[in-house]
Amino acid sequence: MKIVKLVIALLVFASTIQAQSPEEKGLSVARAADKADQGFESSLVNLKMVLRNKQGQESTRFMENKTLELTEDGDKSLIVFKSPKDVEGTATLTFTHKTTSDDQWLYLPAIKRVKRISSDNKSGPFMGSEFAYEDLSSNEVEKYGYKFLKNEQFNGSNNAVVEQDPVDPKSGYKRRVVWYNLDKNYRLEKIEFYDRKNSLLKTLTYSDYKQYEGKYWRAGKFLMVNHQTGKETELFFEDWDLKSGLADTDFSQNSLRRAGR
Amino acid sequence: MGLIVLRRLWFVIVTFFFWHLSYAQSEEKDLQGDFELELQFDNRFFFKDGLYESQERNFLSLAAQPEYNLEWGKGNHIFKISLFGRWDQHDDNRTHFDVRELYYQRVKNNWELSIGLKKVFWGVTESVHLVDVINQTDQVESFDGEQKLGQPMVHYSNLTNFGNFELFYLPYQRKRQFPAREGRVRFPEVVEREDFDIDSDMEEWRPSFAFRWSHYFGPVDIGISHFYGVGREPLFTGLGTESQEFFYPIMNQTGIDVQAVTGPMLWKVESIYRDTEFQDFLALAVGAEYTFSNIASKGLDIGVLLEYLYDERDDLAISGFANDLFIATRLAFNDVNSTEILGGMVYDLDHKSRLFSVETSRRIGDSWKVEIEARIFDNLQEAEFLHFFRDDSFLQFGLSKFF
Repeated sequence: MKIVKLVIALLVFASTIQAQSPEEKGLSVARAADKADQGFESSLVNLKMVLRNKQGQESTRFMENKTLELTEDGDKSLIVFKSPKDVEGTATLTFTHKTTSDDQWLYLPAIKRVKRISSDNKSGPFMGSEFAYEDLSSNEVEKYGYKFLKNEQFNGSNNAVVEQDPVDPKSGYKRRVVWYNLDKNYRLEKIEFYDRKNSLLKTLTYSDYKQYEGKYWRAGKFLMVNHQTGKETELFFEDWDLKSGLADTDFSQNSLRRAGR
Repeated sequence: MGLIVLRRLWFVIVTFFFWHLSYAQSEEKDLQGDFELELQFDNRFFFKDGLYESQERNFLSLAAQPEYNLEWGKGNHIFKISLFGRWDQHDDNRTHFDVRELYYQRVKNNWELSIGLKKVFWGVTESVHLVDVINQTDQVESFDGEQKLGQPMVHYSNLTNFGNFELFYLPYQRKRQFPAREGRVRFPEVVEREDFDIDSDMEEWRPSFAFRWSHYFGPVDIGISHFYGVGREPLFTGLGTESQEFFYPIMNQTGIDVQAVTGPMLWKVESIYRDTEFQDFLALAVGAEYTFSNIASKGLDIGVLLEYLYDERDDLAISGFANDLFIATRLAFNDVNSTEILGGMVYDLDHKSRLFSVETSRRIGDSWKVEIEARIFDNLQEAEFLHFFRDDSFLQFGLSKFF
């Protein structure tokens, strides 16, 4: 009797998988990835950004990023620029929201001014790099519509390839295609960005992954290549500090002023 | 007098700092120091000869701004020192030195306490800074009033669920410096810092107090402040006559500043009511800033700014903005060199006078920056304060190196 029940349960389960549409399957992958990354609480990391033009000329920037994980609302983050020296101390504070516009403030250290800025400019370049502001904001599930495309072997691992359509009409992309590594707790391996005319604009590749706290995968390097301009930007992350003990008070306008000084 | 004060303050802060330093070193080994230096060369050229005797036309100058930051105890103890010095070829008053910042700050969860010389900015509008009253303006350094002298203070702030509450005790008033005989953008008669009295027996030691509450509600930021003490802006009576007087009045000033964002539009309101024995008045600035972002996916942002300025002082307003419009555009190329251009005009609706300005900057390599600034005074009428500066339109070129 028990066996019959089990067989029936399995059949029902299998049929639900079968019945899942590509949209549902895509959403469930995104949800699973989101869940896999939950619980890091807060993170602290130093970044190095290398900008490279078509001729291979490089310029380098340093930043510091703090993130506070929130589940009922989007994450909070604070970025402080360390170089180039003329913008040292310039800092941004962002409160991400799942469905409404983000709240964002900019701190200008020379005149000690905190200024509210519009978060509408998602598609513009971040610090002259190939990363748009939206590429660096927190990946909230609600920000996209999903479609599962296929399973694929990528770098020797089993990957789910999912198409994401931005909900926000202000996004610079028509769609993104994302590779989720199913063997490594849904970490991201690659994203292809398609512009509003649906032609391939950029490819982002993640590498030098390390696992923290026995659970969370964090890449040591992001490489963004712009296929239309030939420019590229590398982001290097130095030692992620997860569960770093940051609190809500570390993400206020006061802490923004202190961070930039 | 000022120097003695600075020395005393310096002593107190340095003692406090080293006491904490030794404490910190015994407790935790996470001391982080950071030194920075900016060297600047600039040349300011005036299109016309000066209206007044001895004024020069071309001014070369050099400036240096070293800064040292130290933090320990997981960033809960902060010490900062920031100095500024400028040498000017002709204007002896523009050749000056200032301690911009020199303070120790203690942070604990939601409160902060700072002791020392600090700079504090309040406000939201671009063309005028009405509510910003804590620091004295470095008049010889900046025409737009954005450069400030370090202000001695004890500053306490407490962040709660109902907003940020701040208290300021400002024990000492610093006086404004004005251009010397050879300098430009000055009055017919040279006025020196020492010519200004403070309307109190305690002179510069007349303490001032300030309070500010600020909070945000979704897309809206709001601040309400009150200042009681020595006004930072001097009053001039009977200018050009035998009985002329210059002084800093005791004032009460209440200010409000609001900023809201709706999509690509920023809305700004700033207003003050100032009450002194000699005058009381209301001043207001309301405006909006709309940004067209990432135009044609090339990264270019174009901002359009419009502000209306009102001041009950009429022609007595030292700012000269009694009933004026400010129209400007901001171009940010968001390129590797952070190229930016801000061009604007203040138009006086009563006198039809115009004040144009262009500021542009661009980084060269990783540690150099060029800046070009122009200010044009056009069609200034005799009834206006700014009439004294009618021939002082200038073009400035600056080159900075960062270490």
